[in-house]
This record gives sequence, structure tokens and C-alpha cells, in this order.
Amino acid sequence: MTSAQIEIQLIAAVVAAACALPGVFLILRRTAMMSDAISHAILLGIVLAFLVTEDLTSPFLIVAATLTGVLTVLLVEILHKTRLVKEDAAIGLVFPVLFSIGVILIARFAGSVHLDTDAVLLGELAFAPFNRLVVFGVDIGPRSLYLMGGILVINLVFILLFFKELKLSTFDAGLAASLGFMPWILHYGLMTLVSVTAVGAFDAVGSILVVALMIGPPAAAYLLTERLSSMLILSAIIGIVGAIAGFWIANWTDVSIAGTMASMIGVVFVLVYVFSPGRGLLATVRRRILQKWEFALAMLVIHLSQHENQPEAVNECRADHLTEHIRWNAEFARRVVRLAKHRELIVETNGHLRLTSVGHSLAARRVVG
Amino acid sequence: MSHNESLYAVDVADLTVAYRDKPVLWDIDMQVPTGVLMAIIGPNGAGKTTLIKSILGLIKPAAGQVLIFGRPYDQQRHEVGYVPQRGSVDWDFPTSVLDVVMMGRYGALGWIRRPGSKERQKALEALNKVGMADFAGRQISQLSGGQQQRVFLARALVQEASVYFMDEPFQGVDAKTERAIIVILQELRSSGKTVVVVHHDLQTIPEYFDWVTLLNVRRIASGPVAEVFTEDNLRSAYGGLVAFKSQAGTVNSNNMK
Repeated sequence: MTSAQIEIQLIAAVVAAACALPGVFLILRRTAMMSDAISHAILLGIVLAFLVTEDLTSPFLIVAATLTGVLTVLLVEILHKTRLVKEDAAIGLVFPVLFSIGVILIARFAGSVHLDTDAVLLGELAFAPFNRLVVFGVDIGPRSLYLMGGILVINLVFILLFFKELKLSTFDAGLAASLGFMPWILHYGLMTLVSVTAVGAFDAVGSILVVALMIGPPAAAYLLTERLSSMLILSAIIGIVGAIAGFWIANWTDVSIAGTMASMIGVVFVLVYVFSPGRGLLATVRRRILQKWEFALAMLVIHLSQHENQPEAVNECRADHLTEHIRWNAEFARRVVRLAKHRELIVETNGHLRLTSVGHSLAARRVVG
Repeated sequence: MSHNESLYAVDVADLTVAYRDKPVLWDIDMQVPTGVLMAIIGPNGAGKTTLIKSILGLIKPAAGQVLIFGRPYDQQRHEVGYVPQRGSVDWDFPTSVLDVVMMGRYGALGWIRRPGSKERQKALEALNKVGMADFAGRQISQLSGGQQQRVFLARALVQEASVYFMDEPFQGVDAKTERAIIVILQELRSSGKTVVVVHHDLQTIPEYFDWVTLLNVRRIASGPVAEVFTEDNLRSAYGGLVAFKSQAGTVNSNNMK
């Protein structure tokens, strides 16, 4: 591995972790699309600040872009509060306006600098190591590593400090407000984090993929855990795994790093969606199949218990009769009887089925339950 | 406790709440004496939830004032416990039963301080009290409606408040859970707490509550059940839809589900 490769992977991992953490709260607050709005609208702030400072590395750009992100949230909420449009429509109305003003300004005034629309949409991680941070004449590493590292630390500190408040206001904003925790302050705090993170990640992965990094890992982690703290940790891990895997795939296939990072996060999500032990697709299908057999067994023992010691028992309690009375096909009936015998719920003598004591107690339990 | 300033646990004066130009609550006056178990009743859209939310400062009223033991709500937060409607939160949220109950202690903890073993202990005691001790470690999505309601009640208990506001704590619970909840509410009352409950089942009012407020955008009546839970008042609140059999001592309501 070259030092540039290591640096790119480090940046990618830090970007992914920094995006995943606030993304967890976006998912839980059902405002995932706010990340889309913010990550686009910040372009306007960047362009405006650039036109004033004429310096692409000025920290003023980050401040202005973050403010635009928060402004987006504010505008969406004002529009939503009029009750004339729903929140998703408000998002769809606000951010394209801000984003398009940014695009127009670039085309009109900033055509000659490295602030073109391609870079805005997709970013370019491969160039990140060229932009060095030099302190007192000493090269201490790529600038974006320090920038994103700083943002990651801010996110971590905010979430660790206000973990309890964020949890409460996300789960039950009404109680949070009645206890005096001012959910709107936490909301804007969180949205400021999302904005700062989007601004930082914007340079590396572009505005579209910021959304993938913010939403994909938490969405996957949500399917894997039942604790908020582990959801945060898992999100960061999934993001980092996707980022590193994406880097190597981009390296081998010579394509955009940001593109493969986002794709790998998509792949991880699909894997989790299918294989998650608790809520995954396979687990759900398996549970349904199990339920089908358990239900069939319960039907069988209840049927037998209702007809035992009755005059018609000779006819009713026969394996070849189940097709008529419970409307099972012959093959299914045969398999249910075999499973029931295997579980020692019933015994068969000359085609006549009788419940064992285990079978009796199951029938009693299922009729009541 | 020294609440000498006022006899009332809750004192609502001239409260008006409007959504745009449509009044939801119109000039409400309501005094709740300390130590009563009070039901707020009224038809759908009467403003019952809005009244509770306005008292708790969650909705900004257009006019009027609310005092809790003689002082504004923001000075009395620690005296107030709140049980929102069960359906107002996301029960798929990744957290455990014990964690939700501990949230009731967050107000006493204030900003930043984390809950510790003391909070844990109180939460476990409250869960024990509502018969949910075995569920402490469960993920909340696994709970039935009645269990969710018990968890919310436990969370209110750990708030150790003097006055409780509960929004439909009996909604969608079975008869056994309803009994268990009312026993706990009555225990709260006997220990001197004031409990205000948004309620829907008119038949159980005389049995469960000693104080009642009838609401339908305006306050129809408020006072002891024996005095204000009358045919006339019910008719004013619900329109002509209520059949009242006073001699039998039971009330039927046609517009309830």
C-alpha cells in the first residue's frame, strides 16, 4: 500500500463514521430525507462564501455552508407549519431552490475555478491527498483528514454529552418538552451536526453520496440491534467497512471511489436485510414456515382431542381421514402426522391416531391460548 | 409540601387555544383541588388532549393562564408527571423497557447527567409495582398494548410528581390491565397525589373517579362526580347522543365505539 492509499482509506473511514453517527438520529426521527436537502442546499453557502472570500480553503466556507444547511431545515419547518404542504413536499420545494441558485452562481461567476458541478455532485476522494495541511512549513497530512477528523470528534462529543437528551427527545418529544429539555434546541443542534458533516463530506464524496453514507449504515444497523448505543456503534462500523471495501473495489476496477463506497454500503444493507438474525428476510421466512408447522400440529392434536372417546373416533382419528376433516392434502397430512409422532404427541396403532399425554397437554394449552 | 399560595393543584383560568382561527378550547376555567382523581371527558374533538398539552406548556395558548400549586408550569416541572397517549411514540425505537421507565428520572437528573444505579433501582421498583418486573430487559416492540400502557405508568411513577396528567391510560387495554391501572391511580390519590385522566368510558366514571370535568371546546362542568356528572351536563357535552339512566345508576353512551 502506498501512503496515498492509506491516507485515502483513512479519510474514507473517518467520513463514513462521521456521517453514520448523526444519520442514526435522522433514521429514528423519520427525517432521513432531510440529509438529502441539507447536503444539496449547502452548495449555495459554499458558493456565496467563495464569491466573497475568493478562497476555496477558507474556513468561512464551512461556516456559511453549515448555516445554509440549518436555514434549509428552518425553511422546511416554516413551510410545513403553514399546514398547506406536508413535510416531504416542503423538503422537495425548499432544497432544489437553494441548490439551483448555487448551480446558477457557479455557472455565472465561478466558471474558471475548481468548483464545478461534477465535483459538487460526486466529489473526488482520490484527489484528497494532494491537498495538504502544512503547519510551520511541515506537511502534517491531508487537509480533509483533519477536517473530517475534527467533525467526527464534534459529532462524538455532542452525542456522548447529550445521549440521554437525544434519546428522550427522539423517542418521546412530548415528555422531553414537559420535563424542560427543549426538544427544538436538540433538533437544531442535531441538524447543525448534519450540516457540518455534510459540508465536510461534500468535498470527499459529493452531495449525493453524503446521503448514502448518512442513511445506509444506520438503516442496516437498525435491523441488527435493539439498543440505541449499539445502533450508533454498528452504524459507524458498517460505514467504515463499506468505505474500505469501496476503496479497494475502486482501486481494482479503476472507477470512482465515492461511487464504490456508496455501492458497498448498499451491498452491506442488502446482506443485513436478508441475513439479519432477528428481523432479516430469511429469519422472517423461517419463522413463518415454523409457525405453519406448529399451527398444523396444534390443529391435529385439538382435532384428535375433540373426537377421542367419541363414537365417531374410529373414523375421525385416522391419518387417511385428515384430508377430509381438516382439508389437508394427503402429502401434507402425512408429514404433519410424522412430525407429531416424532415429537411424541401422538401414537398410531393400525392407522388409528391417539394422543399421548404430551399431546393432550399441548391440545389443552392451545385451545385456551 | 408548602403550597400555601393556592388550594388548587391545577388552576386554569380563561384558557383559549386556537388552531389558526378555529378555537379548540374556548375560555376554559378549571380548578382541580389537591388529592383528587379527576376524569376529563367529552366527545371526540372536544379538546381533552389539547387541554392537557396546554397545561404542560406543549401547546401555546392564545390566551389564559395555568398555575400548578399556585405557580406557572415552568417553575413546577418537578411536581408534574405526564403520560402521553400510547400511540404518540414509536414502539419500534431501539430501547428496552427498563430504559423507557428510567426516562421518567431524566427531569430530576437535568441536562447531561446520566442515569445510574439509583435511577435503575427506582425504575425496577416501579416496574414491579405495575407487574412488569419480568419485562425489564425486553425490547419495547415486543410489548402488547396493555403492557405498553403499564410501562408508561411505571415511567410516570418514577417521576415522583405531585400531580399527574394521563392521556387515555385505558385506551386499548384489557379489563385486567384496566383494573390494575385504576388500583395504582387510586393508590396515588390516597398518598395525596392529584391525578388528572383523559377518559372515554362514561360507565366507569362514578366507580373510578371522585372528580370530573366535562369538556366540549367550552368547559361544560367541573366538580365532584356526585354533583356534576348529571344527565343535563352530559347532554350539553355530548349533544343528544347520550342515554342516561339515573335510576339505574349507569350511563350509556351511543357515540362511544
